[in-house]
Amino acid sequence: MLFAFLIATALGIAYLRHLFAVVMLAGMFSLLSALLLLSMDAADVAFTEAAVGAGIATILMLSAMALTERQEKPSNRSMLERLPALAVAGAFGALLIYAMLDAPPFGDPFAPAQTHVAPYYIEQTAREIDVPNLVTAILASYRGFDTLGEVVVIFTAGIGVALLLGGFVARDRSK
Amino acid sequence: MNATELVMGSDAALFMSGMNAYLLDFLATGYNYWMAIVLMMIGFYITLARSNLVKKIIGLNLFQTAMFLLYISIGNVVDGGVPILTDNPDALYSNPLPHVLILTAIVVGIATTALGLALAVRIHEAYGTIEEDEILDAEAGDS
Amino acid sequence: MQHRLVLRILAKLLFAPILLFAFYVQFHGDFGPGGGFQAGLIFASAFVLHGLIFDVSSARRFVSDRLLQVGAAGGVLLYAGTGFASILFGGNFLDYDLLSETPTSGQHLGILLVEAGVGIAVACVMVMVFRAFADRLPHLRERDW
Repeated sequence: MLFAFLIATALGIAYLRHLFAVVMLAGMFSLLSALLLLSMDAADVAFTEAAVGAGIATILMLSAMALTERQEKPSNRSMLERLPALAVAGAFGALLIYAMLDAPPFGDPFAPAQTHVAPYYIEQTAREIDVPNLVTAILASYRGFDTLGEVVVIFTAGIGVALLLGGFVARDRSK
Repeated sequence: MNATELVMGSDAALFMSGMNAYLLDFLATGYNYWMAIVLMMIGFYITLARSNLVKKIIGLNLFQTAMFLLYISIGNVVDGGVPILTDNPDALYSNPLPHVLILTAIVVGIATTALGLALAVRIHEAYGTIEEDEILDAEAGDS
Repeated sequence: MQHRLVLRILAKLLFAPILLFAFYVQFHGDFGPGGGFQAGLIFASAFVLHGLIFDVSSARRFVSDRLLQVGAAGGVLLYAGTGFASILFGGNFLDYDLLSETPTSGQHLGILLVEAGVGIAVACVMVMVFRAFADRLPHLRERDW
């Protein structure tokens, strides 16, 4: 059901030209997907997605829109020129579905993804780390190195934005 | 012997009917996979077909969110709970590992989206447009 | 600006609770959903709300750009520093077992420090990005929307 809503919203994003509406729909898409994530037991992820999608992403897109253009120009590409894009997307999707045909059914407790390292984390966290939230335990401790890398990526992206939009440099020079 | 078997031979017909059952089975039990793929392809199509750069970034975001849904759905366990330990020793938890990966990916995603939007803003300042076609025309005019 | 009374009062009312909630999410992350990433985002969204309703320059008096730059780098350094501290205590990189008397209390301390680093870095980067965009915006008139 939620998936159907999501697909409808995505189609709306694809068809509308008015960027303000598109950005609002993107925010809605984010909230819907947060609900879906919550229904799949991913409370932490849903929390993050809601905080990002409804708040900061929408604001950033609105300000980018205000800095550029409000309206997407009607494309001068004909239907025929869009066909390759549609064909590539369709073919790629078909390939992915073909690759997924052998995947275990939804929610299978014996799927390979569930039997690799996850049982170790679930069983040992109480003894080794003693933190009830498994996600926090894995994020900060078992996979701490991963997370360090992610934080560095976020930091680098922040530096990139500051350099591109030049806020900091310009002000420092004017002083 | 029915008409299909006459045309294709009985082995091939058996294969086809088996294939159909297989596909139907996939549509029913693996709905998380193909729905996520449909969403992903809508995002991919927007990225490819639209020439507006902000729209392209939103398309990439769609693609990304669909990927998140796919990952989390793979980690989901029937009757499993939110992976926060409870006192009940028999409790079944969903797989927390995809949650960790996606949690960080979402925040990295917003940071990179911000970078993409900043690039779009700078392109708008340089060319006065964020339509890919017009940028290409301007480039062709310069050289 | 003056006539948006409801928005201004609501923003003033909500600012402190949002910050408080961010701290709750940060430090309750061990027990319930939450952690450094979410707390950083919520913390930043309080400043984004403030910047939207009022203006960026008034927020700048309390949290300067310099502080944000230092915070973004400091968060990453706090994270990495915890890793190096665990090497100094005789463990592997980011192995918190030896940070305190018992392995589990060491893990608790390590997770607390690391999550604090994540929270600070994410919050500072997000506010920094928002300000970078906001500084470029010309003052928008009502009818432009």
